[in-house]
Amino acid sequence: MTTGLEQEIRQALDTVKDPEIDAVSILDLGMFETMEWTETSDGYAVRVTLLPTFLGCPALEIIQKNTEAALLQVPQVQTVDVVFLFDPPWTSDRITDRGMTGLKSFGIAPPRVIDGHWEIDCPYCGSTFVSIENLFGPTACRSILYCKSCKNPFEAMKPVSTLM
Amino acid sequence: MTEAERLALASLMYQLADDDFLYAYRGSEWLGLAPHIEEDVASSSIAQDSMGHAAMYYQLLEDIGEGKADALAHVRLAHERKNSVLVERVNGPGYYMENPEYDWAYAVVRNYCYTLAKKVRIDSLKKSSYAPLAALAVKVNMELYYHLLHWQTWFTQLYQSTETARQKMDAALERVLADFGDLFDYGEATEIIDEMRLIEGQGILIDRWYQALTPVLVDLNVTLPEMKMTYNGRNGEHSPDLNDALSTLGEVYLLDQSAVW
Repeated sequence: MTTGLEQEIRQALDTVKDPEIDAVSILDLGMFETMEWTETSDGYAVRVTLLPTFLGCPALEIIQKNTEAALLQVPQVQTVDVVFLFDPPWTSDRITDRGMTGLKSFGIAPPRVIDGHWEIDCPYCGSTFVSIENLFGPTACRSILYCKSCKNPFEAMKPVSTLM
Repeated sequence: MTEAERLALASLMYQLADDDFLYAYRGSEWLGLAPHIEEDVASSSIAQDSMGHAAMYYQLLEDIGEGKADALAHVRLAHERKNSVLVERVNGPGYYMENPEYDWAYAVVRNYCYTLAKKVRIDSLKKSSYAPLAALAVKVNMELYYHLLHWQTWFTQLYQSTETARQKMDAALERVLADFGDLFDYGEATEIIDEMRLIEGQGILIDRWYQALTPVLVDLNVTLPEMKMTYNGRNGEHSPDLNDALSTLGEVYLLDQSAVW
């Protein structure tokens, strides 16, 4: 019974997309941390913890509301509590392989750090002949780049790690 | 935790919260006015991150019974604020909506010196005896990396630019250091903050700040002016600029404090 519920909660979380990047869910981004539930008289009370990517991200409240709404769609879930934690900190290596693919399909180079260096491939043509136009971008988590091979501007998700 | 200890912890967190709150506000006033479009994106992004940091500190204050985070940000009066005087200072003559003759050199110097100080404090807070603060410091530090890189780039580039730029930078550095004396001060709660090992002492942090800044200044052949204190913001002493900032910042919130956002 409970494993079934866990599965259903995971499926519900996977329907919650980043409000600005609908190619990736909060599971893909590694924002999901824990779930727990208690039995109530007519179902379950569920508590889910999420990790914010950037602390000032205005999408957090939207994600919180969308997560609550998605979980309430699960049969037997009666009440939902969605809480943001900053411990453990979200780091960009929490993004799953599927998340990396999703970001790329959206035109955003996923964060890759190899031997301490930020490696950026153009999400359109794969070239590494790119320049950083602005470390800061339209949202807190993104930078603006330019591909000198295919001549496209694109965005990259900033790597963040505890080693910084 | 005794009540005296709780108050000392609150005092330190008010200092951190109010610093980032005002710093973010002054940064946001540059939106649309920064020297070029990419800088508009960058500096407002930094302001947004910093407002996020302030919000998290206000949340930690809420968690120890200081009241609601939004109210802590908006309702407290100037004499209750514990931010450094440096971050409340106006960006220059004029007003955001009317003839803003803001000084970009002052913005760059203030932001660089403040961000470097914030980095020194955050590194120390990572070892704080108060676990929620230590955990938050780890998270803030990751975002701060990009802020520091940004302001250090501006700082060195403007200093290596024209003679006029250099004069403006020197004048800005003079003004920034004249307000810097309270930045590493912990005000009246110093002793208990120290005993509780919430953060390292003022002297240690100032030394680290000088150590980090010195190689940059040596490369640019810049002499650091003397650090002075005009008001001690940590004890609620402020310039008139703070009142004006608070009334603008709280304008919408204070229209209807019970409104749901």
